[in-house]
Amino acid sequence: MIKLTVNGAARSFDGDPDMPLLWYLRDELGLTGTKFGCGVSLCGACTIHLGGAATRACITPVSAAAGQEVVTIEGLSPDGNHPVQVAWRDLNVSQCGYCQCGQIMQAAALLKDTPKPSEQDIDDTMSGNICRCGTYPRIRAAIHQAAGQTAPAGKGERL
Amino acid sequence: MIHDAQMMAELANAKPTAKPVLANVSRRGILGGAGALVLALSLRDARADEGQTAEQKAQKFGADGMPHGWRDDPKIFVAIAPDGTVTVTNHRSDMGQGVRTSVALTVADELEADWPKVKVVQAWGDEQRFGNQDTDGSRSLRHFFQHFRHAGAAARLMLIEAAAKQWGVPASEVTASNHTLTHAKSKRSLGYGAVAQAASELPVPTNVTLKNPKDFRYIGTGKIGLIDNFDITTGRAIYGLDTKLDGMLYAVVARPAVYGGKVTSYDDSEAKKVPGVVKIFKIDGGEIPSEFMPLGGVAVVAKNTWAAMKARDALKITWDDGPNAGYDTDVFRKELEAAARKPGKVVRNQGDVDGAMAKAKTKLEAEYFVPHLVQAPMEPPAAVARVKDGFCEAWGCTQGPQAANDRLMKALKLPDDKVKVNVTLLGGGFGRKSKPDYVVEAALCSQAVDGAPVKLAWTREDDIHHGYYHTISVERLEAGLDDKGMPVAWLHRSVAPTIGSIFAPDPKHELPFELGMGLVNTPFNLPNARMENPEAAAHVRIGWFRSVSNIPHAFAIQSFVSELAHAAGRDPKEYLLDLIGPARTIDPTSIGDVWNHGEDPKLYPIDTGRLRGVIEAAAKGAGWGRQMPKGRGLGIAGHYSFVTYTSVAAEVEVDDKGQVKVHAIDIAVDCGPQVNPERIRSQMEGAVVMGMGLALTSEITFKQGRAVQNNFDGYEIIRIDAAPKVVRVHLVPTGSYDGPLGGVGEPGVPPVAPAIANAVFAATGRRVRQLPIRDQLSA
Repeated sequence: MIKLTVNGAARSFDGDPDMPLLWYLRDELGLTGTKFGCGVSLCGACTIHLGGAATRACITPVSAAAGQEVVTIEGLSPDGNHPVQVAWRDLNVSQCGYCQCGQIMQAAALLKDTPKPSEQDIDDTMSGNICRCGTYPRIRAAIHQAAGQTAPAGKGERL
Repeated sequence: MIHDAQMMAELANAKPTAKPVLANVSRRGILGGAGALVLALSLRDARADEGQTAEQKAQKFGADGMPHGWRDDPKIFVAIAPDGTVTVTNHRSDMGQGVRTSVALTVADELEADWPKVKVVQAWGDEQRFGNQDTDGSRSLRHFFQHFRHAGAAARLMLIEAAAKQWGVPASEVTASNHTLTHAKSKRSLGYGAVAQAASELPVPTNVTLKNPKDFRYIGTGKIGLIDNFDITTGRAIYGLDTKLDGMLYAVVARPAVYGGKVTSYDDSEAKKVPGVVKIFKIDGGEIPSEFMPLGGVAVVAKNTWAAMKARDALKITWDDGPNAGYDTDVFRKELEAAARKPGKVVRNQGDVDGAMAKAKTKLEAEYFVPHLVQAPMEPPAAVARVKDGFCEAWGCTQGPQAANDRLMKALKLPDDKVKVNVTLLGGGFGRKSKPDYVVEAALCSQAVDGAPVKLAWTREDDIHHGYYHTISVERLEAGLDDKGMPVAWLHRSVAPTIGSIFAPDPKHELPFELGMGLVNTPFNLPNARMENPEAAAHVRIGWFRSVSNIPHAFAIQSFVSELAHAAGRDPKEYLLDLIGPARTIDPTSIGDVWNHGEDPKLYPIDTGRLRGVIEAAAKGAGWGRQMPKGRGLGIAGHYSFVTYTSVAAEVEVDDKGQVKVHAIDIAVDCGPQVNPERIRSQMEGAVVMGMGLALTSEITFKQGRAVQNNFDGYEIIRIDAAPKVVRVHLVPTGSYDGPLGGVGEPGVPPVAPAIANAVFAATGRRVRQLPIRDQLSA
């Protein structure tokens, strides 16, 4: 029996301990905000926070999360208003949106560790997250905005 | 991504069964519920009939030319609840282009609705009810903007009429503004919800006056946020892989590695030992052409995705690889090159190319190569299906829900009224999700487990190994030049396997819709021009990839123009403008383009002035002509596609190791009237990145019939560190909101790669003639 905490709730799992956290979260807990994109840690769509660190859920077995705190996009902020989420909406970053949960989780971890990231910090930290729609210019701008390095654009929230 | 309607019907022999309009309204119920006002527009666009022969009138264009056209049914697209909530039904799939937002804001504007009170719901697949739902070809707003405007305006008039009746005053004295109906004389007002029921009982007005565009509140402003913004950024948005039903099982399929391969035998003894495995069974397939049907293979259904994947790995399958087992793209490229060096089927012929070529002072020729690509949307194909009690309901991330519906009918031998396809959000599409083979696979899995709902997932490896690939092509250009270096003779041979090969056995020539993507309709001022299409066979599934045949055509033509400019010792931008010639309109049919993106050539002639305009705008944005530091260069390209004009100016740097860095992109677009400029900008930004990927890194190769690449390590796409720090989008406004619209989703892609290649030449003097560039410059 593996015990862990997911978005603040205590959970236990007695299935295959090799099952990646990704499929545990999605198939067993119904937390589908964590996305499948590549399965081998090449795209970042499945990024979660494990013990506070950005982690690829697709290659992390459930057993590796035993006794730890897992936070998914659903648990990033109780009201969906983490500064990164707010900036993402303000700049209308998303196109299809599929990768954006992973991008947001990665960006939130970046800002926790590096509150005022440089362009190089963003390149280094975010280059593991692929966006096939090509929203990178806006992802970059949204991170700067969430960091308070640029003023809100005021575009994306519903009027 | 274009489905040529006629081609589809003829080649696929898949014309949907005719059924009377509205026959199935009751079975699915009317959206909106009790007390709701439901109506749609009543409009026929008369412009297309002006000044045409009887034969031309018989030919249908735009939405009229698509299967099932558009709906003129007053019970479909708009509902207003008693609490005032406006629900707009959107029948086009949203794969990131933002059509859910753009459709809703269009209706809301004409309705004079208060935006926070507007919701959007997604239509299920039913073209008899909703009109064409084939979401590709950059067509959604182009075909349906005016219809949605009319729907909103008609609803507004009905609300006004209802309020006027209630107050006993003339309708002309009642105004509708921001969700409120007002009678100024008596200082009375009502909310929309208060008269929704009464309005719903009124006849739909036939004479609808649209708003004056100067009064638009949402259309054209670019100030409306994405309607799905909150759900997307909080993980609540539901994509194809996210549907969850009670008792749902999970499946993956082992498919033949070679197109046309079949299962000879399989041993599932080890696979069955994986805990959670429910069922392992063979899916028939392997027919060529496969059309939109599954490839066949062995399916594993389990209690979770992980168990299904583990069991699939444990299968021992013997395959008969079939006729494509020898496919090798290195060898095939040489075949394409050989074909390009010999005469082929003439698809446009103007003047005397051979005579002019013989007399030309000098001659220049070049060949360009573009490899297979795969769309690789971040969400691989996925669907949930439940086939129970003779009824199939599916939920899928599909660009073509009616196409999915029809293939489910075929695979399950069910009548139309026993199949329903629901459309989720799409985690990217790019043409891949126009082909619903995966929806059929999900249904076959559910059928195999006695009707339990099954979620069918494709892994990234599945997506890359079993794709509907962008074609592979060699483009050969020859020009005979006068003493000023301008072409007096132009010969272009395009050789590429056709998308028609997934519908018909072994066609060897490109179809009109492929030839019309920037080959025959090259809008240059050429005295003598011939375009040829030599034969090429397909050995993999060929499919639509965002902007389709425009990619190789634009890469070759816009690179060649830059080569000609260099040979003439001229500025590439000025040379390109001279080649396009003065501003004029060209009837596409006069230069051999019988397709014209399915649009009426009278409404949509090629306007070289608009093409010139975007080239000037991109050049101006990039500061064209400025002195560049060593190792840096500016390149430019312009292209006409999806009845829209785009141009890209690229600033690149090539370092001493031959690595290309794209520093800045200026992209200019003229798509006619702009419904949602904010999303037009985002589509151009995204097209720049996708165009960069195919220019610099992306390629699918085949050995022994098998795709060599597996995942995002071998199939590399652009990441944030390689994306340009500067992307400037220049929107060139033209046209009235009552006139024709151009496409937006795809036209940004084609000019990106040639602009980068031309910039590389400017930076280094080295000409790139094959994509991707990768390490070509390091030697």
